[in-house]
Amino acid sequence: MHEFLAQLVNGISLGGIYALIAIGYTMVYGIAELINFAHGDVYTLGTFVALAIFGALGISGELHGIALVVDSGLALIGAAVCCGLIGMAMERLAYRRLRNAPRLAPLITAIGVSFILQNLMQLWKGSAPIPFPAVLPNPRFDLGPVSITAQQIAVVALAVAAMFALQIVVTRTRTGAAMRAVAQDRQAASLMGVDVDRTIAITFLIAGLLAGVGGFVSGVYYQSTWFLNGFSAGLKAFTAAVLGGIGNIAGAMLGGFLIGIIESFATWLIGGQWSNVTVFAILILVLVLKPSGLLGERVPEKV
Amino acid sequence: MARELLSIADLQAWYGESHILHGVDFSVQEGEVVTLLGRNGAGRTTTLRAIMGLVGARTGSIRIAGAETVHLAPHRIARIGIGYCPEERGIFSTLSVEENLLLPPRLDAGRAMSVGEIYAMFPNLSERTASSGTSLSGGEQQMLAIGRALMSAPRLVLLDEPSLGLSPLLVQTIFGVLRTLHERGATMLLVEQNARAALKIAGRGYVLENGSIAREDTAANLLDDPAVVAAYLGA
Repeated sequence: MHEFLAQLVNGISLGGIYALIAIGYTMVYGIAELINFAHGDVYTLGTFVALAIFGALGISGELHGIALVVDSGLALIGAAVCCGLIGMAMERLAYRRLRNAPRLAPLITAIGVSFILQNLMQLWKGSAPIPFPAVLPNPRFDLGPVSITAQQIAVVALAVAAMFALQIVVTRTRTGAAMRAVAQDRQAASLMGVDVDRTIAITFLIAGLLAGVGGFVSGVYYQSTWFLNGFSAGLKAFTAAVLGGIGNIAGAMLGGFLIGIIESFATWLIGGQWSNVTVFAILILVLVLKPSGLLGERVPEKV
Repeated sequence: MARELLSIADLQAWYGESHILHGVDFSVQEGEVVTLLGRNGAGRTTTLRAIMGLVGARTGSIRIAGAETVHLAPHRIARIGIGYCPEERGIFSTLSVEENLLLPPRLDAGRAMSVGEIYAMFPNLSERTASSGTSLSGGEQQMLAIGRALMSAPRLVLLDEPSLGLSPLLVQTIFGVLRTLHERGATMLLVEQNARAALKIAGRGYVLENGSIAREDTAANLLDDPAVVAAYLGA
Protein backbone atom coordinates (compact mmCIF):
# COMPACT_ATOMS: atom_id res chain seq x y z
CA MET A 1 0.00 0.00 0.00
CA HIS A 2 2.83 2.38 0.91
CA GLU A 3 4.57 1.61 -2.33
CA PHE A 4 1.34 2.03 -4.27
CA LEU A 5 0.78 5.52 -2.89
CA ALA A 6 4.41 6.46 -3.33
CA GLN A 7 4.27 5.44 -6.99
CA LEU A 8 1.02 7.32 -7.41
CA VAL A 9 2.64 10.50 -6.07
CA ASN A 10 5.63 9.92 -8.36
CA GLY A 11 3.37 9.40 -11.31
CA ILE A 12 1.39 12.57 -10.63
CA SER A 13 4.58 14.64 -10.45
CA LEU A 14 5.89 13.13 -13.65
CA GLY A 15 2.45 13.56 -15.19
CA GLY A 16 2.44 17.28 -14.37
CA ILE A 17 5.48 17.71 -16.62
CA TYR A 18 3.97 15.59 -19.40
CA ALA A 19 0.73 17.55 -19.13
CA LEU A 20 2.54 20.88 -19.57
CA ILE A 21 4.18 19.60 -22.76
CA ALA A 22 1.09 17.79 -24.00
CA ILE A 23 -0.97 20.99 -23.87
CA GLY A 24 1.40 22.54 -26.40
CA TYR A 25 1.04 19.62 -28.79
CA THR A 26 -2.70 19.64 -28.50
CA MET A 27 -3.18 23.42 -28.84
CA VAL A 28 -0.95 23.65 -31.88
CA TYR A 29 -2.65 20.66 -33.45
CA GLY A 30 -6.08 22.04 -32.65
CA ILE A 31 -5.43 25.41 -34.21
CA ALA A 32 -2.83 24.80 -36.92
CA GLU A 33 -3.45 21.09 -37.62
CA LEU A 34 0.24 20.45 -37.20
CA ILE A 35 1.98 17.90 -34.98
CA ASN A 36 4.89 20.07 -33.89
CA PHE A 37 7.56 17.44 -33.33
CA ALA A 38 10.00 20.16 -32.28
CA HIS A 39 7.88 20.86 -29.20
CA GLY A 40 9.76 18.37 -26.99
CA ASP A 41 13.00 20.15 -27.83
CA VAL A 42 11.48 23.49 -26.89
CA TYR A 43 10.85 21.90 -23.50
CA THR A 44 14.51 20.83 -23.21
CA LEU A 45 15.52 24.33 -24.20
CA GLY A 46 13.50 25.55 -21.22
CA THR A 47 15.67 23.48 -18.89
CA PHE A 48 18.82 24.78 -20.63
CA VAL A 49 17.74 28.41 -20.33
CA ALA A 50 16.85 27.99 -16.65
CA LEU A 51 20.25 26.37 -16.14
CA ALA A 52 21.98 29.27 -17.91
CA ILE A 53 20.10 31.81 -15.78
CA PHE A 54 21.06 30.03 -12.57
CA GLY A 55 24.63 29.93 -13.91
CA ALA A 56 24.60 33.66 -14.67
CA LEU A 57 23.27 34.35 -11.16
CA GLY A 58 26.10 32.21 -9.74
CA ILE A 59 23.74 29.74 -8.16
CA SER A 60 24.89 26.17 -7.70
CA GLY A 61 23.11 24.97 -4.60
CA GLU A 62 20.06 25.27 -2.42
CA LEU A 63 18.24 28.59 -2.24
CA HIS A 64 16.27 29.88 0.72
CA GLY A 65 13.82 32.64 1.53
CA ILE A 66 13.68 35.64 -0.78
CA ALA A 67 16.51 34.31 -2.97
CA LEU A 68 14.52 31.14 -3.59
CA VAL A 69 11.51 33.11 -4.81
CA VAL A 70 13.38 35.77 -6.79
CA ASP A 71 16.08 33.65 -8.39
CA SER A 72 13.91 30.69 -9.27
CA GLY A 73 11.24 33.14 -10.39
CA LEU A 74 13.75 34.71 -12.78
CA ALA A 75 14.82 31.31 -14.09
CA LEU A 76 11.20 30.19 -14.48
CA ILE A 77 10.08 33.35 -16.27
CA GLY A 78 13.24 33.46 -18.37
CA ALA A 79 12.78 29.86 -19.48
CA ALA A 80 9.09 30.36 -20.23
CA VAL A 81 9.61 33.60 -22.20
CA CYS A 82 12.53 32.20 -24.21
CA CYS A 83 10.57 29.09 -25.13
CA GLY A 84 7.52 31.15 -26.00
CA LEU A 85 9.56 33.34 -28.34
CA ILE A 86 11.28 30.32 -29.90
CA GLY A 87 7.85 28.81 -30.48
CA MET A 88 6.67 31.99 -32.22
CA ALA A 89 9.88 32.21 -34.23
CA MET A 90 9.59 28.67 -35.57
CA GLU A 91 5.99 29.26 -36.56
CA ARG A 92 6.91 32.49 -38.33
CA LEU A 93 10.02 31.17 -40.08
CA ALA A 94 9.18 27.55 -40.77
CA TYR A 95 5.49 26.69 -40.51
CA ARG A 96 3.59 29.78 -41.63
CA ARG A 97 4.65 29.60 -45.25
CA LEU A 98 3.61 25.92 -45.32
CA ARG A 99 0.15 26.57 -43.99
CA ASN A 100 -1.57 25.62 -47.22
CA ALA A 101 0.98 23.02 -48.29
CA PRO A 102 0.21 19.27 -48.26
CA ARG A 103 0.12 17.94 -44.69
CA LEU A 104 3.35 16.00 -45.00
CA ALA A 105 5.44 19.12 -45.69
CA PRO A 106 4.95 20.88 -42.32
CA LEU A 107 5.30 17.53 -40.55
CA ILE A 108 8.69 16.87 -42.08
CA THR A 109 9.62 20.49 -41.43
CA ALA A 110 8.75 19.99 -37.75
CA ILE A 111 11.10 17.03 -37.59
CA GLY A 112 13.76 19.20 -39.24
CA VAL A 113 13.19 22.01 -36.72
CA SER A 114 13.52 19.41 -33.97
CA PHE A 115 16.93 18.34 -35.34
CA ILE A 116 18.04 21.97 -35.56
CA LEU A 117 17.11 22.66 -31.93
CA GLN A 118 18.74 19.43 -30.74
CA ASN A 119 21.96 20.22 -32.56
CA LEU A 120 22.04 23.80 -31.32
CA MET A 121 21.65 22.57 -27.77
CA GLN A 122 24.34 19.95 -28.32
CA LEU A 123 26.69 22.67 -29.59
CA TRP A 124 25.81 24.80 -26.59
CA LYS A 125 26.19 22.27 -23.76
CA GLY A 126 27.77 19.18 -25.34
CA SER A 127 26.30 15.70 -25.48
CA ALA A 128 26.91 14.54 -21.92
CA PRO A 129 24.24 14.77 -19.23
CA ILE A 130 24.36 18.15 -17.49
CA PRO A 131 23.73 18.54 -13.75
CA PHE A 132 21.04 21.06 -12.76
CA PRO A 133 21.55 22.81 -9.42
CA ALA A 134 19.42 21.46 -6.58
CA VAL A 135 17.95 24.89 -5.90
CA LEU A 136 14.90 23.73 -4.02
CA PRO A 137 15.31 22.64 -0.40
CA ASN A 138 13.78 19.21 -0.33
CA PRO A 139 12.21 18.28 2.96
CA ARG A 140 9.79 15.36 3.00
CA PHE A 141 6.33 15.78 4.34
CA ASP A 142 4.84 12.68 5.91
CA LEU A 143 1.18 12.43 5.16
CA GLY A 144 0.07 9.27 6.88
CA PRO A 145 1.16 6.33 4.78
CA VAL A 146 2.96 8.34 2.13
CA SER A 147 5.64 11.00 2.17
CA ILE A 148 5.77 13.78 -0.40
CA THR A 149 8.82 15.84 -1.26
CA ALA A 150 8.79 19.60 -1.62
CA GLN A 151 9.92 19.14 -5.21
CA GLN A 152 6.92 17.00 -5.98
CA ILE A 153 4.64 19.62 -4.48
CA ALA A 154 6.38 22.35 -6.49
CA VAL A 155 6.08 20.39 -9.74
CA VAL A 156 2.40 19.72 -9.33
CA ALA A 157 1.62 23.20 -8.01
CA LEU A 158 3.39 24.93 -10.91
CA ALA A 159 1.83 22.62 -13.47
CA VAL A 160 -1.65 23.11 -12.07
CA ALA A 161 -1.18 26.89 -11.78
CA ALA A 162 0.00 27.11 -15.40
CA MET A 163 -2.94 25.03 -16.59
CA PHE A 164 -5.35 27.14 -14.56
CA ALA A 165 -3.95 30.32 -16.13
CA LEU A 166 -4.24 28.75 -19.56
CA GLN A 167 -7.84 27.75 -18.94
CA ILE A 168 -8.69 31.35 -18.04
CA VAL A 169 -7.01 32.68 -21.17
CA VAL A 170 -8.77 30.18 -23.41
CA THR A 171 -12.25 30.38 -21.90
CA ARG A 172 -12.47 33.96 -20.60
CA THR A 173 -10.61 36.24 -22.98
CA ARG A 174 -11.27 37.53 -26.48
CA THR A 175 -7.97 36.06 -27.58
CA GLY A 176 -9.11 32.69 -26.26
CA ALA A 177 -12.40 33.01 -28.12
CA ALA A 178 -10.47 33.89 -31.28
CA MET A 179 -8.30 30.81 -30.75
CA ARG A 180 -11.33 28.56 -30.43
CA ALA A 181 -12.90 30.17 -33.50
CA VAL A 182 -9.74 29.69 -35.59
CA ALA A 183 -9.45 26.10 -34.36
CA GLN A 184 -12.99 25.40 -35.50
CA ASP A 185 -12.98 27.21 -38.85
CA ARG A 186 -10.03 29.34 -39.88
CA GLN A 187 -11.75 30.90 -42.88
CA ALA A 188 -14.97 31.75 -41.07
CA ALA A 189 -12.93 33.35 -38.30
CA SER A 190 -11.01 35.51 -40.75
CA LEU A 191 -14.32 36.67 -42.24
CA MET A 192 -15.25 38.03 -38.83
CA GLY A 193 -12.06 40.09 -38.83
CA VAL A 194 -10.02 37.67 -36.72
CA ASP A 195 -6.33 37.87 -37.63
CA VAL A 196 -5.59 34.17 -38.14
CA ASP A 197 -1.81 34.60 -38.41
CA ARG A 198 -1.69 36.50 -35.16
CA THR A 199 -3.94 33.99 -33.41
CA ILE A 200 -1.78 31.07 -34.51
CA ALA A 201 1.36 32.95 -33.42
CA ILE A 202 -0.19 33.49 -29.97
CA THR A 203 -0.97 29.78 -29.78
CA PHE A 204 2.68 28.94 -30.44
CA LEU A 205 3.67 31.54 -27.85
CA ILE A 206 1.43 29.96 -25.20
CA ALA A 207 2.55 26.42 -26.11
CA GLY A 208 6.17 27.57 -25.76
CA LEU A 209 5.52 29.33 -22.44
CA LEU A 210 4.06 26.13 -20.99
CA ALA A 211 6.91 24.01 -22.38
CA GLY A 212 9.34 26.46 -20.77
CA VAL A 213 7.58 26.07 -17.42
CA GLY A 214 7.80 22.30 -17.95
CA GLY A 215 11.51 22.56 -18.76
CA PHE A 216 12.20 24.55 -15.60
CA VAL A 217 10.16 22.17 -13.48
CA SER A 218 11.88 19.14 -14.96
CA GLY A 219 15.32 20.61 -14.19
CA VAL A 220 14.34 21.27 -10.60
CA TYR A 221 12.80 17.82 -10.27
CA TYR A 222 15.43 15.63 -11.95
CA GLN A 223 18.46 17.88 -11.35
CA SER A 224 19.83 16.74 -14.66
CA THR A 225 19.20 17.21 -18.35
CA TRP A 226 20.83 16.64 -21.72
CA PHE A 227 20.25 17.83 -25.25
CA LEU A 228 18.06 14.86 -26.23
CA ASN A 229 15.93 15.02 -23.09
CA GLY A 230 12.94 16.33 -25.04
CA PHE A 231 12.92 13.48 -27.50
CA SER A 232 11.43 10.83 -25.24
CA ALA A 233 9.59 13.32 -23.02
CA GLY A 234 8.09 14.86 -26.15
CA LEU A 235 6.97 11.49 -27.51
CA LYS A 236 5.38 10.60 -24.19
CA ALA A 237 3.66 13.98 -23.99
CA PHE A 238 2.45 13.46 -27.56
CA THR A 239 1.08 10.09 -26.44
CA ALA A 240 -0.62 11.89 -23.56
CA ALA A 241 -2.19 14.38 -25.98
CA VAL A 242 -3.46 11.56 -28.21
CA LEU A 243 -4.73 9.61 -25.21
CA GLY A 244 -6.69 12.63 -24.00
CA GLY A 245 -7.95 13.43 -27.50
CA ILE A 246 -5.71 15.60 -29.63
CA GLY A 247 -6.99 19.14 -29.96
CA ASN A 248 -8.61 18.98 -26.52
CA ILE A 249 -6.80 20.94 -23.78
CA ALA A 250 -8.50 19.24 -20.83
CA GLY A 251 -7.74 15.94 -22.54
CA ALA A 252 -4.04 16.79 -22.72
CA MET A 253 -3.99 17.55 -19.00
CA LEU A 254 -5.78 14.32 -18.16
CA GLY A 255 -3.63 12.33 -20.60
CA GLY A 256 -0.45 13.86 -19.15
CA PHE A 257 -1.28 12.80 -15.61
CA LEU A 258 -2.46 9.36 -16.76
CA ILE A 259 0.73 8.71 -18.75
CA GLY A 260 2.84 9.84 -15.79
CA ILE A 261 0.98 7.47 -13.46
CA ILE A 262 1.09 4.60 -15.95
CA GLU A 263 4.80 5.06 -16.51
CA SER A 264 5.44 5.19 -12.80
CA PHE A 265 3.47 1.99 -12.17
CA ALA A 266 5.01 0.22 -15.15
CA THR A 267 8.46 0.98 -13.75
CA TRP A 268 7.43 -0.37 -10.36
CA LEU A 269 5.50 -3.45 -11.45
CA ILE A 270 7.18 -4.55 -14.69
CA GLY A 271 10.57 -2.88 -14.49
CA GLY A 272 12.13 0.37 -15.69
CA GLN A 273 13.18 -1.04 -19.05
CA TRP A 274 9.52 -1.65 -19.87
CA SER A 275 8.12 1.77 -19.03
CA ASN A 276 8.64 3.22 -22.52
CA VAL A 277 7.25 0.08 -24.13
CA THR A 278 4.14 0.36 -21.99
CA VAL A 279 3.59 4.02 -22.84
CA PHE A 280 4.01 3.52 -26.59
CA ALA A 281 1.86 0.39 -26.51
CA ILE A 282 -0.84 2.67 -25.13
CA LEU A 283 -0.27 5.12 -27.99
CA ILE A 284 -0.78 2.28 -30.49
CA LEU A 285 -3.83 0.95 -28.68
CA VAL A 286 -5.45 4.39 -28.55
CA LEU A 287 -4.76 5.01 -32.24
CA VAL A 288 -6.24 1.63 -33.15
CA LEU A 289 -9.17 1.44 -30.75
CA LYS A 290 -10.18 5.03 -29.99
CA PRO A 291 -8.32 7.47 -32.22
CA SER A 292 -10.42 10.36 -30.93
CA GLY A 293 -8.98 9.79 -27.43
CA LEU A 294 -10.70 9.93 -24.07
CA LEU A 295 -12.18 13.43 -24.36
CA GLY A 296 -11.69 14.31 -28.01
CA GLU A 297 -14.11 14.44 -30.87
CA ARG A 298 -11.65 15.03 -33.64
CA VAL A 299 -9.99 12.08 -35.31
CA PRO A 300 -6.32 12.81 -35.93
CA GLU A 301 -4.95 12.27 -39.38
CA LYS A 302 -2.50 9.45 -39.69
CA VAL A 303 0.98 10.89 -39.52
CA MET B 1 -25.34 63.64 -50.67
CA ALA B 2 -24.97 59.92 -51.19
CA ARG B 3 -21.42 58.72 -51.31
CA GLU B 4 -20.26 55.69 -53.23
CA LEU B 5 -19.41 53.07 -50.63
CA LEU B 6 -18.74 50.04 -52.76
CA SER B 7 -17.62 50.28 -56.32
CA ILE B 8 -16.77 47.20 -58.33
CA ALA B 9 -15.25 47.35 -61.79
CA ASP B 10 -14.44 44.50 -64.17
CA LEU B 11 -14.34 41.94 -61.33
CA GLN B 12 -13.29 38.53 -62.59
CA ALA B 13 -13.03 35.48 -60.37
CA TRP B 14 -12.04 31.88 -60.77
CA TYR B 15 -12.48 28.74 -58.71
CA GLY B 16 -9.61 26.59 -59.88
CA GLU B 17 -10.07 26.24 -63.62
CA SER B 18 -13.63 27.51 -63.77
CA HIS B 19 -14.10 31.13 -64.60
CA ILE B 20 -17.10 32.25 -62.54
CA LEU B 21 -17.22 36.05 -62.78
CA HIS B 22 -16.54 37.56 -66.21
CA GLY B 23 -16.26 41.23 -65.43
CA VAL B 24 -18.84 42.38 -62.91
CA ASP B 25 -19.49 46.12 -62.55
CA PHE B 26 -21.77 47.68 -59.98
CA SER B 27 -21.82 50.05 -57.08
CA VAL B 28 -23.61 50.64 -53.79
CA GLN B 29 -24.21 54.14 -52.36
CA GLU B 30 -24.08 54.90 -48.68
CA GLY B 31 -27.39 54.16 -46.96
CA GLU B 32 -28.66 52.12 -49.87
CA VAL B 33 -29.98 48.55 -49.94
CA VAL B 34 -29.04 46.80 -53.17
CA THR B 35 -29.98 43.27 -54.12
CA LEU B 36 -28.34 40.93 -56.59
CA LEU B 37 -30.78 38.81 -58.57
CA GLY B 38 -29.91 35.81 -60.66
CA ARG B 39 -30.32 32.10 -61.11
CA ASN B 40 -28.35 29.59 -59.08
CA GLY B 41 -24.83 29.57 -60.42
CA ALA B 42 -25.07 33.07 -61.89
CA GLY B 43 -22.31 34.20 -59.53
CA ARG B 44 -24.17 36.01 -56.74
CA THR B 45 -22.55 34.20 -53.83
CA THR B 46 -19.20 34.28 -55.63
CA THR B 47 -19.52 38.05 -55.94
CA LEU B 48 -20.00 38.40 -52.18
CA ARG B 49 -17.15 35.98 -51.49
CA ALA B 50 -14.90 37.87 -53.88
CA ILE B 51 -15.69 41.15 -52.08
CA MET B 52 -14.65 39.43 -48.82
CA GLY B 53 -11.42 38.25 -50.39
CA LEU B 54 -12.38 34.59 -50.26
CA VAL B 55 -12.02 33.74 -53.91
CA GLY B 56 -8.35 32.97 -54.45
CA ALA B 57 -8.07 34.15 -58.03
CA ARG B 58 -9.69 37.52 -58.67
CA THR B 59 -8.84 40.50 -60.81
CA GLY B 60 -10.40 43.88 -61.43
CA SER B 61 -11.20 46.51 -58.88
CA ILE B 62 -13.15 46.46 -55.61
CA ARG B 63 -13.16 49.84 -53.92
CA ILE B 64 -14.59 50.25 -50.46
CA ALA B 65 -15.05 53.92 -49.54
CA GLY B 66 -12.48 54.72 -52.18
CA ALA B 67 -9.80 52.25 -51.04
CA GLU B 68 -8.78 49.39 -53.32
CA THR B 69 -9.31 46.03 -51.57
CA VAL B 70 -9.11 43.45 -54.35
CA HIS B 71 -5.70 42.26 -53.13
CA LEU B 72 -6.44 42.22 -49.37
CA ALA B 73 -6.83 39.19 -47.08
CA PRO B 74 -10.32 38.52 -45.65
CA HIS B 75 -9.62 39.71 -42.11
CA ARG B 76 -8.29 43.02 -43.45
CA ILE B 77 -11.39 43.50 -45.56
CA ALA B 78 -13.58 42.70 -42.55
CA ARG B 79 -11.65 45.27 -40.53
CA ILE B 80 -12.20 47.97 -43.15
CA GLY B 81 -15.80 47.70 -42.10
CA ILE B 82 -17.56 44.93 -43.96
CA GLY B 83 -19.97 42.80 -41.97
CA TYR B 84 -20.48 39.48 -43.70
CA CYS B 85 -23.32 37.13 -43.02
CA PRO B 86 -22.46 34.01 -45.04
CA GLU B 87 -24.98 31.57 -46.46
CA GLU B 88 -23.73 28.83 -44.13
CA ARG B 89 -23.95 31.39 -41.28
CA GLY B 90 -20.52 30.62 -39.85
CA ILE B 91 -21.66 30.25 -36.24
CA PHE B 92 -18.95 28.79 -34.01
CA SER B 93 -20.22 25.85 -31.98
CA THR B 94 -17.25 26.06 -29.62
CA LEU B 95 -18.23 29.62 -28.69
CA SER B 96 -21.24 30.77 -26.73
CA VAL B 97 -23.77 33.14 -28.28
CA GLU B 98 -22.17 36.08 -26.53
CA GLU B 99 -18.64 35.05 -27.55
CA ASN B 100 -19.83 34.73 -31.14
CA LEU B 101 -21.15 38.30 -30.95
CA LEU B 102 -17.93 39.62 -29.41
CA LEU B 103 -15.65 37.90 -31.92
CA PRO B 104 -15.42 40.70 -34.51
CA PRO B 105 -12.92 43.35 -33.43
CA ARG B 106 -14.33 46.77 -32.48
CA LEU B 107 -13.67 49.07 -35.39
CA ASP B 108 -15.12 52.30 -34.20
CA ALA B 109 -15.92 52.40 -30.51
CA GLY B 110 -18.30 55.31 -31.00
CA ARG B 111 -20.51 53.67 -33.57
CA ALA B 112 -20.12 49.99 -32.65
CA MET B 113 -23.23 48.34 -31.34
CA SER B 114 -23.33 46.86 -27.87
CA VAL B 115 -24.35 43.31 -27.14
CA GLY B 116 -27.40 44.82 -25.42
CA GLU B 117 -28.55 46.55 -28.62
CA ILE B 118 -28.25 43.28 -30.54
CA TYR B 119 -30.30 41.51 -27.87
CA ALA B 120 -32.91 44.26 -28.04
CA MET B 121 -33.15 43.65 -31.77
CA PHE B 122 -33.29 39.87 -31.37
CA PRO B 123 -34.92 39.11 -28.01
CA ASN B 124 -34.63 35.35 -28.63
CA LEU B 125 -30.87 35.60 -28.39
CA SER B 126 -30.88 37.30 -25.02
CA GLU B 127 -32.31 34.15 -23.47
CA ARG B 128 -29.52 32.04 -24.95
CA THR B 129 -26.40 34.13 -24.23
CA ALA B 130 -24.42 31.30 -22.63
CA SER B 131 -25.60 28.53 -24.96
CA SER B 132 -23.19 27.14 -27.49
CA GLY B 133 -23.63 28.46 -31.02
CA THR B 134 -25.00 25.30 -32.54
CA SER B 135 -27.58 24.52 -29.86
CA LEU B 136 -29.58 27.32 -31.47
CA SER B 137 -32.41 26.78 -33.94
CA GLY B 138 -31.84 27.73 -37.56
CA GLY B 139 -33.65 31.02 -37.08
CA GLU B 140 -31.69 31.89 -33.95
CA GLN B 141 -28.45 31.05 -35.74
CA GLN B 142 -29.43 33.41 -38.55
CA MET B 143 -30.25 36.17 -36.05
CA LEU B 144 -26.91 35.56 -34.40
CA ALA B 145 -25.11 35.72 -37.74
CA ILE B 146 -26.82 39.01 -38.63
CA GLY B 147 -26.29 40.40 -35.14
CA ARG B 148 -22.63 39.48 -35.27
CA ALA B 149 -22.23 41.12 -38.67
CA LEU B 150 -23.58 44.34 -37.12
CA MET B 151 -21.46 44.32 -33.97
CA SER B 152 -18.48 46.08 -35.45
CA ALA B 153 -20.60 48.91 -36.85
CA PRO B 154 -19.72 47.96 -40.40
CA ARG B 155 -20.03 50.48 -43.22
CA LEU B 156 -21.49 47.79 -45.42
CA VAL B 157 -23.30 44.57 -44.56
CA LEU B 158 -23.21 41.68 -47.03
CA LEU B 159 -26.07 39.24 -46.53
CA ASP B 160 -26.07 35.91 -48.34
CA GLU B 161 -29.46 34.18 -48.27
CA PRO B 162 -30.55 35.43 -44.84
CA SER B 163 -33.95 33.72 -45.11
CA LEU B 164 -32.71 30.36 -46.37
CA GLY B 165 -34.35 27.42 -44.63
CA LEU B 166 -36.41 29.54 -42.26
CA SER B 167 -40.14 29.31 -41.55
CA PRO B 168 -42.32 32.04 -43.10
CA LEU B 169 -42.74 33.64 -39.69
CA LEU B 170 -38.99 33.84 -39.16
CA VAL B 171 -38.50 35.15 -42.69
CA GLN B 172 -40.82 38.00 -41.73
CA THR B 173 -38.85 38.63 -38.55
CA ILE B 174 -35.55 38.70 -40.42
CA PHE B 175 -36.85 41.05 -43.09
CA GLY B 176 -38.40 43.22 -40.39
CA VAL B 177 -34.96 43.58 -38.85
CA LEU B 178 -33.38 44.36 -42.22
CA ARG B 179 -36.01 47.04 -42.80
CA THR B 180 -35.29 48.57 -39.39
CA LEU B 181 -31.59 48.57 -40.14
CA HIS B 182 -32.24 50.25 -43.47
CA GLU B 183 -34.30 52.94 -41.76
CA ARG B 184 -31.40 53.54 -39.40
CA GLY B 185 -29.18 54.18 -42.40
CA ALA B 186 -27.36 50.86 -42.78
CA THR B 187 -25.91 50.06 -46.18
CA MET B 188 -26.62 46.53 -47.32
CA LEU B 189 -25.91 44.26 -50.26
CA LEU B 190 -28.41 41.44 -50.27
CA VAL B 191 -28.44 38.11 -52.07
CA GLU B 192 -31.74 36.39 -51.49
CA GLN B 193 -33.65 33.57 -53.18
CA ASN B 194 -36.83 35.24 -51.93
CA ALA B 195 -36.26 37.96 -54.52
CA ARG B 196 -39.69 39.52 -54.08
CA ALA B 197 -39.05 40.21 -50.40
CA ALA B 198 -35.56 41.45 -51.21
CA LEU B 199 -36.84 43.89 -53.85
CA LYS B 200 -39.40 45.24 -51.39
CA ILE B 201 -36.72 46.58 -49.08
CA ALA B 202 -34.08 47.28 -51.72
CA GLY B 203 -33.82 50.56 -53.58
CA ARG B 204 -32.10 49.06 -56.58
CA GLY B 205 -31.30 45.66 -58.00
CA TYR B 206 -28.82 44.15 -60.38
CA VAL B 207 -29.45 41.02 -62.41
CA LEU B 208 -26.45 38.71 -62.69
CA GLU B 209 -26.31 36.33 -65.62
CA ASN B 210 -23.42 33.99 -66.31
CA GLY B 211 -21.01 35.96 -64.23
CA SER B 212 -21.72 39.48 -65.39
CA ILE B 213 -24.34 42.17 -64.78
CA ALA B 214 -27.15 41.82 -67.33
CA ARG B 215 -29.35 44.58 -66.03
CA GLU B 216 -29.58 47.34 -63.48
CA ASP B 217 -32.78 49.05 -62.41
CA THR B 218 -34.74 50.40 -59.49
CA ALA B 219 -36.42 47.80 -57.34
CA ALA B 220 -39.86 49.15 -58.31
CA ASN B 221 -39.16 48.74 -62.03
CA LEU B 222 -37.80 45.25 -61.55
CA LEU B 223 -40.87 44.23 -59.56
CA ASP B 224 -43.10 45.55 -62.37
CA ASP B 225 -41.24 43.85 -65.19
CA PRO B 226 -43.03 40.66 -66.31
CA ALA B 227 -39.78 39.19 -67.65
CA VAL B 228 -38.03 39.67 -64.31
CA VAL B 229 -41.04 38.33 -62.44
CA ALA B 230 -41.14 35.23 -64.63
CA ALA B 231 -37.41 34.59 -64.42
CA TYR B 232 -36.58 35.36 -60.79
CA LEU B 233 -39.68 35.89 -58.71
CA GLY B 234 -41.29 32.52 -59.32
CA ALA B 235 -44.35 34.27 -60.88
